[in-house]
Amino acid sequence: MYEHDVLVVGAGGAGLRAAIAAHEAGADTAIVSKLHPVRSHTGAAEGGINAALQEGDDWELHAYDTMKGSDYLADAPAVETLAQDAPEDTMRLEHWGMPFSREEDGRVSQRPFGGLSYPRTTYAGAETGHHLLHTMYEQVVKRGIQVYDEWYVMNLATTDEADPNDRQCEGIVAYDVQTGKVEGFKANQGVILATGGPGQAFDHTTNAVSCTGDGHAMAYRAGAPLEDMEFIQFHPTSLPSTGVLISEGVRGEGGILYNNDGERFMFEYGYANNSGELASRDVVARAELDEVAEGRGVEDEYVHLDMRHLGEDRILDRLENILHLAEDFEGVDGLVEPMPVKPGQHYAMGGIEVDENGQTCIDGLYAAGECACVSVHGGNRLGGNALPELIVFGKRAGAHAAGDDLGEPEIRTGYGDDVEDDDTELPVAPGASGLDSADAVADGGVAAETGALEQAVERERARVDRLMDKDSGVQHAEIRAKLQNAMTDYVNVFRNEEGIEKALEIIRECREEYQDVYVDDPSTTFNTDLQQTIETRNLIDVAETIALGALVRNEFRGAHWRQENQVRDDENWLKHTLVSWDDGEPSIFYRPVILEGEEKTYEPKVRSY
Amino acid sequence: MSTQQQEPESQESPQDPEMKGAESPQQRRLKEKQEGMVDEHAEDEAEAAGETVHIKVFRYDPEVADKQEPRFDDFHVPFEKGMTVLDAVMYARDEFDSSLTFRHSCRQAVCGSDAFFVNGSQMLGCKTQLSELEQPVRIEPLPHQEVVKDLVVDMDHFYDQMHAVEPYFQDEDTPAASDLEEQRQTPENREKIKMSSRCIWCGACMSSCNIAAGDNEYLGPAAINKAYKFAMDDRESEEIKEHRLRILEQEHGVWRCQTQFSCTEVCPKDIPLTEHIQELKREAVKKNLKFW
Repeated sequence: MYEHDVLVVGAGGAGLRAAIAAHEAGADTAIVSKLHPVRSHTGAAEGGINAALQEGDDWELHAYDTMKGSDYLADAPAVETLAQDAPEDTMRLEHWGMPFSREEDGRVSQRPFGGLSYPRTTYAGAETGHHLLHTMYEQVVKRGIQVYDEWYVMNLATTDEADPNDRQCEGIVAYDVQTGKVEGFKANQGVILATGGPGQAFDHTTNAVSCTGDGHAMAYRAGAPLEDMEFIQFHPTSLPSTGVLISEGVRGEGGILYNNDGERFMFEYGYANNSGELASRDVVARAELDEVAEGRGVEDEYVHLDMRHLGEDRILDRLENILHLAEDFEGVDGLVEPMPVKPGQHYAMGGIEVDENGQTCIDGLYAAGECACVSVHGGNRLGGNALPELIVFGKRAGAHAAGDDLGEPEIRTGYGDDVEDDDTELPVAPGASGLDSADAVADGGVAAETGALEQAVERERARVDRLMDKDSGVQHAEIRAKLQNAMTDYVNVFRNEEGIEKALEIIRECREEYQDVYVDDPSTTFNTDLQQTIETRNLIDVAETIALGALVRNEFRGAHWRQENQVRDDENWLKHTLVSWDDGEPSIFYRPVILEGEEKTYEPKVRSY
Repeated sequence: MSTQQQEPESQESPQDPEMKGAESPQQRRLKEKQEGMVDEHAEDEAEAAGETVHIKVFRYDPEVADKQEPRFDDFHVPFEKGMTVLDAVMYARDEFDSSLTFRHSCRQAVCGSDAFFVNGSQMLGCKTQLSELEQPVRIEPLPHQEVVKDLVVDMDHFYDQMHAVEPYFQDEDTPAASDLEEQRQTPENREKIKMSSRCIWCGACMSSCNIAAGDNEYLGPAAINKAYKFAMDDRESEEIKEHRLRILEQEHGVWRCQTQFSCTEVCPKDIPLTEHIQELKREAVKKNLKFW
């Protein structure tokens, strides 16, 4: 048994920032992560950090742009906190030595980004996330904060009161990947989940193999609702074979999209007569898929992104990294041939429901970063707003967990008197209902009122034994592939009721098949087979919430498009979707969006650029 | 072979009393593998030549009887244009043998997890096109590091060396919350440290270095490069720079480098490691620091 005041799960941008803040507030802090910190997926972020640093810019403009970009589904108190804190937290990184790009006068550079009314994206080359991650890890080393790396957190230890709002998180159960040993970690003050995105729920994603929604699934099963999970951002230019991202910068510099007939389809077929290739991400992604559906796709799968006309000099000067990516990951030379691209899952706007202090409805349980939903991104995240979220809300969660007084939050969490129940009829029962409730299938993530941690450790050890002892059955990779294909086939850029219901049926099949899952590798040394088998269970839970959200929200807002109702419906849908596990029998409810800021109300307007 | 030099330290035999239940299926599988009853090899099946890639992957597991003696397994993986070494081992794992073990995460050469020894050279699996390699493609763990299992090596020593150079900004002069003024840095100085800041801690350089192989205390190219990033950053004071050079010029520091350029050759991020080490030697001389 290990014991610390604050435990941070995950070591990307949000986790490292939370750990530093908790440590600075005086808490004995430790990080537990399935990866060594520098391997975290924050390192893949390219664009930058939005922060109103310059004279002429203003946090209020940043807040306004973010509310508009969210298609009015973000909560104003969260957005204003982000915009107010981002400048100071960005400057803090500079003082920690982060190598930002510079102007001639030595100040940090800022550049324009989509949806911003002022060039406020602070950056470090096209590798901003890499530098942010390494700079914060350096500060963790400097402070001597303990890191349990390559420890996989399997579940939370939470008390089991009937109402999740009354529950308390006492710690976590993790296993040491190197040795297979399962241990409890007691958290005296709080557990902060910073486990990143759930991109592996999809077949084609820009996310790392490690982005399996572990934190989402653990918090969900422990009783914290998942919020706005249907809002998934698809990036229009990812490489077909790997999902590696080709930056928007290519189109920004003049790159052109062509279909198989060599037509510049964005104009030719009227998808975006004004902005063409530079229309917003969701518009371009839908256009590409339309082309393929109309039989004008290349190899019936993708379209071409051509930058050859820009000339070798300009490409080498501004887009050198893109040449490397296309060459290394697709075997294509961008100087002599067009690059194949198609939409790829990129970012989850939704996540674990938290307030401005990072706290869930469960006492002592926090979440920050992509796994959390405060909500600052609402229906659509602006480029350059993910990294400031990590540092602003990572810091707040760490400080609050360590006992700092950050004031009363305005955002409410958990089921309460301000929510509205959903009554949509579901095609199949979600969650664990009707299934054998053995832990491998339907653990609620909660234990008894006393000794929750000890019981959780016993339960997880039994779970490992069961998976390892089982001799035959189905292997996780088969279930994972089926799940990912279903999500990409039916809960992708284009969504309709029939497709989403089909996805829910397949997810249900995956859940049933998972009852028969076994781990073939008999070793306790670095057993990635076991780890991935547990991750796949988490993916099933998370994918189901994405599909449930997509099914009930019958409108078109931000990244969520529904065939049956292709308009934003403010009359009925200015509200967050919440899915609650309810000990295996999930329910859906809604909480109104907060559009009232400190001094003004953000009235929904048409989102046009 | 370099990868076989380690003695597994903590062997856990199937008879270990801690592994309860003598007849458990897990133990039976262990026994079967020991007796060779399970066909671990995905033999060349129906696919015609040219449509598959033949890879030979190093296997070792201190616990599994027939993997205690390191061996190579052959896999024949269907080839697709653009396929990388990482794609091939992932396919082999997901389709043929789920116990095949390797680190990987981002698949785009930024997390630094999947440095392997491929056809006799250190490279990132995700960044290496199969079409550029001679077959069969031989995939081994990084040499000069203890093998934990299959392609996974123990990175602790690498991390220790990285931490030994005090890899963090030393300046304690963090401004008050109300003071948003940044430290100024010229674009030229930022450019100066740019390449050094691209390191992804993959360990390829350390594994390729003969000096590091013979001197376990040698800081190695990655750690020295990390120190270079700080030493050359004008935002830190001259005093701190001198402190950094003192760490670097000690017995197992920069003077150990014999400029063989092996680190520079294998670096997947094209960092001029040897040049950085040479420049630090010159800086140490300029500062009249004693050298070995």
